[in-house]
Amino acid sequence: MNPKRTNNIATGIIYALVGIVVLILLFLIGYILFNGVPNISWRFLTSPAQAFSAGGGIRDQLFNSLYLLVLTLLISFPIALGSGIYLAEYAADNWVTHLIRTTIEVLSSLPSVVVGLFGYLFLVIQLKLSFSILSGAIALTFFNLPLLTRSIEESLSSVSDLQKQAGMSLGLSDWRTITRIILPVALPGILTGVILSAGRVFGEAAALIYTAGQSAPSVDYGNWNIFDPASFLNPMRPAETLAVHIWKVNTESVTPDAHLISSASSAVLIIVILVFNLGARFIGNWLYKKMTATR
Amino acid sequence: MGRAICYFCIGLIIALVVCILYFITSRGIATFTQNHVNVWGFLTGSDWNPGAVDAHGNPEVGALPMIVTSFAVTILSALLATPFALGMAIFMSEIAGKKGTKFLQPVIELLVGIPSVVYGFIGLTVVVPIIRKVFGGTGFGILAGTIVLFVMVLPTITSLSVDSLKAVPLSYRQASLALGANRWQTIYKVILRTAAPGILTAVIFGMARAFGEALAVQMVIGNAILMPKGLVSPASTLTSKLTTDVGNTVMGTLPNNALWSLALILLFMSLFFNLLVRFIGKKGSIKK
Repeated sequence: MNPKRTNNIATGIIYALVGIVVLILLFLIGYILFNGVPNISWRFLTSPAQAFSAGGGIRDQLFNSLYLLVLTLLISFPIALGSGIYLAEYAADNWVTHLIRTTIEVLSSLPSVVVGLFGYLFLVIQLKLSFSILSGAIALTFFNLPLLTRSIEESLSSVSDLQKQAGMSLGLSDWRTITRIILPVALPGILTGVILSAGRVFGEAAALIYTAGQSAPSVDYGNWNIFDPASFLNPMRPAETLAVHIWKVNTESVTPDAHLISSASSAVLIIVILVFNLGARFIGNWLYKKMTATR
Repeated sequence: MGRAICYFCIGLIIALVVCILYFITSRGIATFTQNHVNVWGFLTGSDWNPGAVDAHGNPEVGALPMIVTSFAVTILSALLATPFALGMAIFMSEIAGKKGTKFLQPVIELLVGIPSVVYGFIGLTVVVPIIRKVFGGTGFGILAGTIVLFVMVLPTITSLSVDSLKAVPLSYRQASLALGANRWQTIYKVILRTAAPGILTAVIFGMARAFGEALAVQMVIGNAILMPKGLVSPASTLTSKLTTDVGNTVMGTLPNNALWSLALILLFMSLFFNLLVRFIGKKGSIKK
């Protein structure tokens, strides 16, 4: 075979492979939306789930997912920010830093079941937090931390050195240069990273089954007392999230309309994540334009 | 002050990892230290029935079927995904230029963004029935698991491969083209070979993801703890066993300890994949 023909054939194969992957994605998104969206109704979103009969909604699961997301970000963001600043600004290039980076890599590659089981052992049993939103949020923090730390570090180190030198030459301390000059410039990148990680947290289930639990007791949305077991804000109540609900409905439940519930819930999940993804892009660009003189 | 806060945060992460390793290990070895199960027997036995004892009075905890199934779905899905991922990566970095990257980047991000339960649900409602129709049987099994994992590891392998293709210096391409090689010759003989270690790391990262994936696999694998006889017979992976059973056993008993030992195997494999990546990365870094 002459080289020209090989070239054409290879190029053709590559186009075909890319085409197949794009088709797979289109099929996935199309399948979820076409099957799910017609089943989403206001009633579905606002009524509680049913264990044995058809017609259950996802009110509590949806709220739990969002609440868990907020708590997880509240816990993981400050730690990731501190670690990211350390890695981008303070860390020297020696074996300690190397070890730290390895540790973060190990944490990010741990299977989420293992993280979930650790959460069960450590938070639920040892610290006696029981199956609760708080346990779930801390477990998700473990798995969110490395992703968030890395994206914060990347946005910080992509800030030009000139900005830092300018800060230094004004006589500002290291810390003030970082918080007053570098951090604001890196903010759009950091925010994008946070929103993208939020999408991951929103869809995560394996780490939650044994930490946040698989039951969603009915809660009172008018009760604002955070310590009351019936309050929707109480972080110590067990909470099934939307992703866990899909898993449970498909594997263990006896609900007759399981297929309907899971297709509609999957669609809700995907829509929320799509919104996060688009939102991250949009907000990042918008903030960047607003906060910097460039462009 | 600020420096102290940052040191504290990084210290916290390190403490966390040490903590995870310690807790999982200490529970995972209880099967062998407290229940005196033979490690070799645990890894090579093929009967899993932790509540019962066999003819010799030893507990029936043989994890081999799950280990074999885990490896089978991992290796098969990586084999299936690698050509597609490489095609995507070559397309993005060598053929389509900036425009193609702009078009395919969101595709990869969306594939990553779809939660694993949704993959499992689609596997359950689309893949399993098709396999049932084509091959007979229940449709649950290694083949269904492989197909679901194929889509899940595809974006991981693709994006890491793109990085390593992009790291090949431009001068290599120019030199090859100047010698009269056409595009495919350049890609095949020069770029892919230079990027080979990077691509290998990408595949291993994909395998690590496949090995640790729990829910999507648990939903389509069938969850029967049998030695897999073929690609379409129900089986069970380490992760699927863990998700199904941890809630049904009592802490501190042998059936529970045996599950923690499975978790320990998972942890070791994850660390092993990490080491492998590091090793290859060190050997094959491009010298500029």
